[in-house]
Amino acid sequence: MSAKVAFTIDGKTVQGEQGQTILQAAALASIYIPHLCAMKGLSPWGSCRVCTVLVNGRPQAACTTPVAEGAVVENDTAELKDLRSSLVEMLFVEGNHYCMFCEKSGNCELQAMAYRLGILAMRHPYMFPVRTLDASHPDVMVELNRCILCARCIRASQELDGKHVFDFVGRGSHRHIGVNAATGAGGTNLKVTDKAAEACPVGSIVKKRVGFAVPIGQRLYDSKPIGSAIESGRAAKG
Amino acid sequence: MTDNASVSRQICGNFANDKGRLMDILLGVQAQAGCVAPEALDEIAKSLSMSRVEVESAATFYAFFSGAPRGRFVIRLCNDIIDQLHGMDRIVAAFRAELGIEFGQTTPDGLFSLEYTPCIGMSDQAPALLINSTVVTKVSTDMVHEIVQTLRVSKNLEQLKLTLGDGNNSHPLVRSMVNNNLRERGAVVFAPYTPGVALQRALSEQPVELIRIVKASRLRGRGGAGFPTGMKWEFTRAAAGERKFIVCNADEGEPGTFKDRVILTEAPGLMFEGMTIAGYAIGASEGIVYLRGEYAYLLPYLEDVLAKRRAAGLLGRDILGKSGFKFDIRIQLGAGAYVCGEETALLSSCEGKAGNPKTRPPFPAQKGYLDMPTVINNVETHCAAARIVENGPTWFTSMGTKSSSGTKVFSVSGDCSRPGVYEIPFGITVEELLTHVGASDTIAVQVGGASGRMIGPSEFNRPFCFDHLATGGSVMVFGKGRDLLAISHAFMDFFVEESCGYCTPCRAGTRLLQERLGRFLTGQAESADLDYLEKTGKTVKTASRCGLGQTAANPILGTLQSFRPEYERRIKTNGSVFLPSFDPRKAVAVASSIAGRESEQFGTQKGGVKQ
Repeated sequence: MSAKVAFTIDGKTVQGEQGQTILQAAALASIYIPHLCAMKGLSPWGSCRVCTVLVNGRPQAACTTPVAEGAVVENDTAELKDLRSSLVEMLFVEGNHYCMFCEKSGNCELQAMAYRLGILAMRHPYMFPVRTLDASHPDVMVELNRCILCARCIRASQELDGKHVFDFVGRGSHRHIGVNAATGAGGTNLKVTDKAAEACPVGSIVKKRVGFAVPIGQRLYDSKPIGSAIESGRAAKG
Repeated sequence: MTDNASVSRQICGNFANDKGRLMDILLGVQAQAGCVAPEALDEIAKSLSMSRVEVESAATFYAFFSGAPRGRFVIRLCNDIIDQLHGMDRIVAAFRAELGIEFGQTTPDGLFSLEYTPCIGMSDQAPALLINSTVVTKVSTDMVHEIVQTLRVSKNLEQLKLTLGDGNNSHPLVRSMVNNNLRERGAVVFAPYTPGVALQRALSEQPVELIRIVKASRLRGRGGAGFPTGMKWEFTRAAAGERKFIVCNADEGEPGTFKDRVILTEAPGLMFEGMTIAGYAIGASEGIVYLRGEYAYLLPYLEDVLAKRRAAGLLGRDILGKSGFKFDIRIQLGAGAYVCGEETALLSSCEGKAGNPKTRPPFPAQKGYLDMPTVINNVETHCAAARIVENGPTWFTSMGTKSSSGTKVFSVSGDCSRPGVYEIPFGITVEELLTHVGASDTIAVQVGGASGRMIGPSEFNRPFCFDHLATGGSVMVFGKGRDLLAISHAFMDFFVEESCGYCTPCRAGTRLLQERLGRFLTGQAESADLDYLEKTGKTVKTASRCGLGQTAANPILGTLQSFRPEYERRIKTNGSVFLPSFDPRKAVAVASSIAGRESEQFGTQKGGVKQ
């Protein structure tokens, strides 16, 4: 059993354990800190920055910052909500996200995050990038128009599947998900049963032929907002 | 190139198929095969037992690697703001006329490629360019003609008639036309140096005593961040690890910084000595100098200095007869990525990976290179540490100010008559420095490069030191008539180009800021854009993951603070109900290109407005 670490989030005392991140400890205490690149079971990454909180007044990513005794964490404030909205809107405008005809709609964490944060229109101009769609794999589609560069597929492939199907290629605005074959995803050893095939928070890596198996209206975030599971205490039990 | 695969296999073999040396392998393949082609990725992955995409990840991160063949002579013209203000456009036009190609292209004969590159550390002798790793400074249009003619005929870089520069720039192993422009030598970095004196002194002390001495000197990191060096050494010494490392950050990529280049040219021995002393102090036996790819022309010379130090017993085993103390240094060459100046990105690069910053904590003192405790100091900091050990902390604190002891080496460029390198005690005011460098009618000074801040005359009475105006060395002077927003926009271009793209605010936010600032330059800004710049700038500053992103909005946030009228006077207030940023001609451009004809209403013919 690791040493207990007590700190506060928005004034509420949280008991964490040494070695946990703020995000992990918060989830176990049924406190939702909005996040996209963080995923249970994968190593912390810290790229989307949506989980930015103030730790003793300093901005930090909750998903990579370890808990510390006596730390004062601010999470649910108007300023942070605005900051997170701005970041989520950046993710929208730098890709091509057409929710109304995306098969991930309702199960998409980016879309659900926008609803939760109350985003109605983008403050940033759309960039309309030219991105590729790779349908070479028989069972999995890699659709980079919807990618938010969270690296969940990269980490899931390495950490859970013991493979190295995905990695980032290029720098800066050219950064995108590359696959481990010159011929596209079809040339890799990716299996539809791999964890990497279901780690994607958006509609960028999707399984073929099951896109509408669950009808719109009955999907994960259709009735309850993202974060509800954590807030209802299900994360703590699970 | 058909031999990409065999070249790759051979080079991997030269590095014992060690994936940790992937940077050197890629540099070698690029140099020998002219590119890192898809078949090279396959071959390298096979030889190093890595995934292909992992190799591709590193190969596509750095500007100096290319997937398709480049010309035999890759001409990289520096497009830093100082070069832009010193006639870069004329050089651009001259090259296009001589070669008949655009920047980004290669001549059909495969001889020349034209590219832009950010600051190459030659701002005091702009415009400047690189031809492969050869530096050409103070480029004129006549020189462009001569360079192209000579290389076309001889196909040999050696045939270029370049006047050799001063000091060690004309050393047989350097033979470069670069000039030091070392205008003022101080007591620390550029004072006379005798190899081994500081080291001898260090080895007569206990390691913990050395740390005490450096702490007592109040030496702070010279790269810009100003972290107390002694404390860094103490943390690293205390950290558990079977190996420990000393790293020297010689990746000065901050626009307008070139002081490390002069230190590397004139005082590399002192720098290596500082690293060796640091190794003794923290219990490390391995050191790495991360040398920016733009300074590759110094590599043979630096290797020679290292070889001489080994021969003199200043590196290797039982250094200076001290039984059991061993230390050696290797030089890791970079390949064109500003972000690698960020210490954890630098470590990723040393490990042979793409130069992504690492997650902190853990800090390098706990887990650095290869996850081992690592000290990373700037070139100048290593030099200062050696001198402090040699002359004592009191000697050092007698110079500078209370918070910032010692001297600082400044790189001054821009609108002044004596651009160059100045080693001056901390505490000198901007005003005083401007007198030293021969600047008049100065309207703004950029302190600390693109990531620093632009200040106006009302702040020229402030001193350079960690408490007031901190700088890693870059001081850019802008005189009367310069467009300060255009300069800030050039800095934003730089950050967009150099962001690693790992985190959202830096990857996307810098582009959004660049675009919005651009509206002020094209007369399309409205007053709400000021608020947008302020808020989005703050988001980028607050939420970014590393120092690059956290400072990438500074060109805008700083000028909004100090030069707000520059923005306000450009805001369009013509009473129109239309968005000034909306250009109907631009909006229909894609549609009209698809339709194959121009818009009846907004076409260039009808509209009569130039595109």
